[in-house]
Amino acid sequence: MNSSQLLSFVTFMYGFAATFYIAAWIFKQTMPAKLARWVAIAGILMNAAGFILRWKESYDIGYGHAPLSNMYESLVFFALTIGIIYLFIEIRYKATVVGAFATPIAFLAMAYASLSPNVSDKIQPLIPALKSNWLIAHVVTCFFGYAAFAVAFGISIMYLIKSWAPDKESGILARLPGLNDLDELTHQMIMFGFLFLSIGIITGAVWANSAWGSYWSWDPKETWSLITWFVYATLLHARTMRGWYGKRIAYLSIIGFGAVLFTYFGVNYLPGLHSYGAV
Amino acid sequence: MKNKNPVWKFFVSVKLTVFLLLSLAATSVIGTIIPQNADPEIYFHKFGPFLFRLFEVLDIFDMYHAWWFQLLLFLLITNIVVCSIDRLSATWKLVFPKKIMFNLARFEKLKNKEAFSIDGLPGELEDKYTSFAAKKFGRQQVDKTGDGFVLFAEKWRWARFGVYIVHASVILLIIGAIIGSLFGFEGFANIPEGESVDSVRLRNSGRVQPLGFTIHNEDFDISFYDTGAPKEFRSSLTILENGQPMLKKDIIVNDPLRYNGISIYMASYGEMAPEKQAEHDFSMEIIHLNFTIKSSGMVYKRKAEIGKPVNIPEGNGTFTLTAFNPDAEFRGQNIGAALAGTLSPVQGEPMEVLLPLHFPNFDKMRRGAVVISVADQQKETFSPMKKEDVRYYSGLEVNRDPGVWVVYSGFIIMIVGCFITFFMSHQQICIEVMRKGNKSDVRIMGIANKNKIGMRRQVEKFAKHLANMR
Repeated sequence: MNSSQLLSFVTFMYGFAATFYIAAWIFKQTMPAKLARWVAIAGILMNAAGFILRWKESYDIGYGHAPLSNMYESLVFFALTIGIIYLFIEIRYKATVVGAFATPIAFLAMAYASLSPNVSDKIQPLIPALKSNWLIAHVVTCFFGYAAFAVAFGISIMYLIKSWAPDKESGILARLPGLNDLDELTHQMIMFGFLFLSIGIITGAVWANSAWGSYWSWDPKETWSLITWFVYATLLHARTMRGWYGKRIAYLSIIGFGAVLFTYFGVNYLPGLHSYGAV
Repeated sequence: MKNKNPVWKFFVSVKLTVFLLLSLAATSVIGTIIPQNADPEIYFHKFGPFLFRLFEVLDIFDMYHAWWFQLLLFLLITNIVVCSIDRLSATWKLVFPKKIMFNLARFEKLKNKEAFSIDGLPGELEDKYTSFAAKKFGRQQVDKTGDGFVLFAEKWRWARFGVYIVHASVILLIIGAIIGSLFGFEGFANIPEGESVDSVRLRNSGRVQPLGFTIHNEDFDISFYDTGAPKEFRSSLTILENGQPMLKKDIIVNDPLRYNGISIYMASYGEMAPEKQAEHDFSMEIIHLNFTIKSSGMVYKRKAEIGKPVNIPEGNGTFTLTAFNPDAEFRGQNIGAALAGTLSPVQGEPMEVLLPLHFPNFDKMRRGAVVISVADQQKETFSPMKKEDVRYYSGLEVNRDPGVWVVYSGFIIMIVGCFITFFMSHQQICIEVMRKGNKSDVRIMGIANKNKIGMRRQVEKFAKHLANMR
């Protein structure tokens, strides 16, 4: 079995985990929730195994680089980081229902990677610009940031759903965590994401300086990552200094994730230096 | 520090911060949609006379250096500085008070308290609890009460400075960028193999910048993967001063040469135009093409002429040569002479295909059902790929940026500052122990200036730990 086959299997695992989590949430069943957790853990482990296998395969072919060099590989890693962050929340905050909003995002990332005709799962050699030790540091930190923002987005959606009837005592809304906890969790995720986005932008700048001779050149990907940084910086200041809370923070978190998605996907349709991300 | 100065009041507002951050985010989008610093003619063509004039007045074509964008940045920096100064004195007093005072009343107001009852008198518990608190928190204070004691402990008081560290790092970044733009330069030089330069042309002004030394380009090499994608661009450079070689280095992308504070980067390359053999123009001739069908692995040779469609074997549609370009480019790289054609598959959209004469495997990169290449003997007729015949030039980016170390220290300080701001808080706990018969009643309360949920969980954990300390 090669890594692509293993990873397309991971897509299904995330799909099942998402289905079970949502079923557990809607039908108030503990069985599917337990099942979902184990399927999700198995999916994450297989995702990690596929990532490592692909790394090895790249060495076998003779290219020998970390699988972080094109759209397919980044989507696989994105799903993995979402899985890791979600698992962390599940263990630390015991909030199983978050799974109903986080695993679907990992599933969508893997489904896009495996099924889209625009995303090739072929292992390609590294072009000269990507041959650098900064590749791993830059991509890993960026994607932990993106994944934290993705999970924050999921939790913000939960917040908005919950806020329709926060005081209801039964039904699917009642099974969501309390508004305060959701709000605080969003904030935690965004702080984590902001730190990693900052490190991602910084490692990218240092890399750009050693490859192109300039740490900042307003290329669209750079600019969009800065736009994302501005949006989340706004959120953090509005919350800490102006006491913004709840829905307003949830909306800002959703806008922020929109900026993340544009930085990740949309920029590929604009002209610029980062074009290899599109292949 | 309450300052009534209206200018100060304007800049001290966090509303201004939110407004500026969102304005910077929104305006930055423009420059990612409209490519920056392109040829005015292209803009004129694209936008028409009215929009062109309007955009030109607003500096949209170089918007990140436009006065209004720089003004937004300047206002943001002023905002950061003023806000930080305004709040620093209060924080300073909190972090370095004359005497650290713990106030039981503040803890009593908390909603979340942990309480339990434990065997043993307060006197027996005091040592254990103090050493536990000392281990977890450090600074502490024990107050005796009538029938027991109250233990206060705290840590990371200085973490309240975190946000000022982040703000300072942003200011460092700006200072570094200003130093770079005042005292640095960004230039480029195209040096043919075997030749030298002692000055470069500046990117923004076009002025000539002398270097104070000579860059000699011994040799340029390019290598390709078998997929046709470029593998490495390498220039062998020698730095000379007064004719004396001072430094020799092969530079590749991601591994520049640094000399006297000037960095030399491998940026691009090209073939020398004047010495290139005139490529045979075969727009009027019959060309032999190889079609490799992926599914069957068969290779078919077919004759083709510009403008006449050829049927691709095994029912794979048609292919029409459209043009010959003696000097084609692919993704900004010069790939030499190439034929262009249109591939019309049976299903799907027709697509443009490029067939460089020097790289027979080039079309494999497309990963289509058919790989098309110019047949071998044809290639030899037109363009013998004898390497020594092709003379390259190295395109070098030559920069000096004395501000880069200021920027880098800003980077490090920003990461440290963000970590402190987000994940460290000034935490205080209070453990109250009261005698009740032979037992003691214990209450634990915690205050943090950030991450209240985390503090609550920590207090719960401490309570469990302290309850089982016997």
